[in-house]
Amino acid sequence: MTAAPDHTPTFARLSVGEQLAKMMPVLLVPLLVVLGFLAIGAPSSWLTLTVSGLAMGMMIFIMASGLTLVFGLMDVINFGHGAFISVGAFVGISVLLALAGWTEAPSLILNVLAVMLAVIAAMIVTGALGWGFERIIVRPVYGAHLKQILVTVGGLIVIEQLIHVVWGPEEIFLTRPEMLKGAVTFAGAAIEKYRLLAVVFGLILFVAMRLVFRRTKVGLIVRAGVENGEMVEALGYRLRVVFIGVFIAGSALAGLGGVMWGLYQEVITAGMGEEMMILVFIVVIIGGLGSVEGAFIGALLVGLLQNYVAFLAPKLALVSNIGLMTAILMWRPQGMMPVVKAK
Amino acid sequence: MLHLLSGDKPRSVVLTIILLVILISLAFAPFLFPGVRSLETAARICIFIVLVASYDLLLGYSGIVSFAHTMFFGLGAYGVALSSIHMGRGYDALIVGTVLGAIAAAALAWLIALFSLRVRAIFFAMITLAVASAVAVLVSQLSGLTGGEDGLNYKIPRDLTPANRLGEFLGVKVNGKTLNYYLVFFGSAALFLLLLRVVNSPFGRVLQAIRENDFRAEAVGYRVVWYRTVATCLSAATAALAGSLFAIWLRYVGPDTTLSFEIMLDILLMVVIGGMGTMYGAILGATLFVLAQNYLQTLMGAASEATHSLPLVPHLLDPDRWLLWLGVLFVLSVYFFPTGIVGRLRNGR
Repeated sequence: MTAAPDHTPTFARLSVGEQLAKMMPVLLVPLLVVLGFLAIGAPSSWLTLTVSGLAMGMMIFIMASGLTLVFGLMDVINFGHGAFISVGAFVGISVLLALAGWTEAPSLILNVLAVMLAVIAAMIVTGALGWGFERIIVRPVYGAHLKQILVTVGGLIVIEQLIHVVWGPEEIFLTRPEMLKGAVTFAGAAIEKYRLLAVVFGLILFVAMRLVFRRTKVGLIVRAGVENGEMVEALGYRLRVVFIGVFIAGSALAGLGGVMWGLYQEVITAGMGEEMMILVFIVVIIGGLGSVEGAFIGALLVGLLQNYVAFLAPKLALVSNIGLMTAILMWRPQGMMPVVKAK
Repeated sequence: MLHLLSGDKPRSVVLTIILLVILISLAFAPFLFPGVRSLETAARICIFIVLVASYDLLLGYSGIVSFAHTMFFGLGAYGVALSSIHMGRGYDALIVGTVLGAIAAAALAWLIALFSLRVRAIFFAMITLAVASAVAVLVSQLSGLTGGEDGLNYKIPRDLTPANRLGEFLGVKVNGKTLNYYLVFFGSAALFLLLLRVVNSPFGRVLQAIRENDFRAEAVGYRVVWYRTVATCLSAATAALAGSLFAIWLRYVGPDTTLSFEIMLDILLMVVIGGMGTMYGAILGATLFVLAQNYLQTLMGAASEATHSLPLVPHLLDPDRWLLWLGVLFVLSVYFFPTGIVGRLRNGR
């Protein structure tokens, strides 16, 4: 019996340049932070801006993650996503205002409890709303992009106007809970406590989401469904049910993002969801439609760049996001991390 | 006559009658409906017919959703406003502003199309939304150039203003405003016929083929991206021309009248109600909608007053909640009348 012939395939190692190009999207965030440092010069203001940029990015990511997954999974583009942001903010802030006794008390436990209740209420309401939205608005128009866009825009308008009917046409001002007010000073930089909290919270959520996607069976099915839905269905999974679950979860996350954004801005309007949708779309496009990681990186880039530019050249802040989107689409027309579709 | 319509007949008796009624009413509006408000409404209808028809070239004929149509409309309007301010009162200013506005709109459309359409047509909807909102914010921020939220007032040649009295005709005072109306009317009619020519040309046929199945159109040998890009530019330029007419008529431009997202929704609704993919739908949609907007809101106010003792109902009927009902109507019409009024009339004959 002769031994099997030696068969040791050797892989050509990727050159440093190729490896870098592969890692580039991930490296963009630190690169932008370093560039920001060089451009701003003063470490204390740089630190403040970086934290607020990261906080903003995390909140945008929370809002964008659901949208990008819904698109990846079922090829559904939901322009009505912004409505969930607004509704979440209004429900959450109403709970907070109702619990004024808890939020005004200088007790961390009561404050956190009030915020938790607000978040839970907002997520339940927006999750339920998402479920209804999927049934009534989205389901009849599967597979037709044109109609999807038109119908979901209509849904956005209706929900926004209903907010006006329920909560009145005025914007609502609020103050953050007692213990989340003020700032901590670190290395000469004043960092708002709430922003730190938002960064930490966003990171936890991202890590949790990644764990769900990489370590659980549901996550596996969702990822497989994004890549090749027909195959997953052929294997016997009912992708429709998974999709509805993702839609509800995505809507609830949008509601959560809405509460966080409302606390960040300390004012909420019915049109806030529509305004945020523009940032969310930019993030989803530059991240690559359907990619959660791409959306995360995109959100951080948008948040950081907007804060840096607003400090360096306030007039340019408005167009900085469009500029970022243009640059990234020139570099990678499909977005940074396009989802590879098996066709 | 048939040649003028590019061989695209209404194909329905009822539709033909309605279109003729609208055409005659608009053509003789200053004499049939004397009064400032009705003339204002008639001019608005003319301009929106062109705007909606140019949007239909994109949405109905090419299957591309754009949210930047008001941006192009605004470019034309601001072009006329800025040239009238900086070049002084005169016809040359109007012409320069109109031409520059249309060129700028086409160039911007070309850029956006280049970035989004070559990857996925669906990017176009999102990118136009982002760009249009950035432009709207920019216009309200750069108050030195654009007058910010207040907008711009400017002077147009004296011939076209009410100060130019021309005597009486059929018992109606004819002045520069009447001339101005006819400028708007004939300008709109020419643009509409031009669009009708475009969609019935071989180019328009290819667009419809792409709308139905872009993959197959590409396989047959048409360069889909090129056709879509050209359609986008054409539609943007026409919208800008409509914007210039609007600016000449109003003698005022502001973000609310030209750039707001609300007008974008109005356009979407007019296209869907009238019938996507039929130029005549633009005429019906715009006429019905502008009339409803001008006269129904008053009715809603009255209804709100009448029901003030009931809970929640008066809030729902408040004239400010006009958009709510538009949204509901919009969703329902996309579901149940995807072919719009024109489609219904043509099928029901």
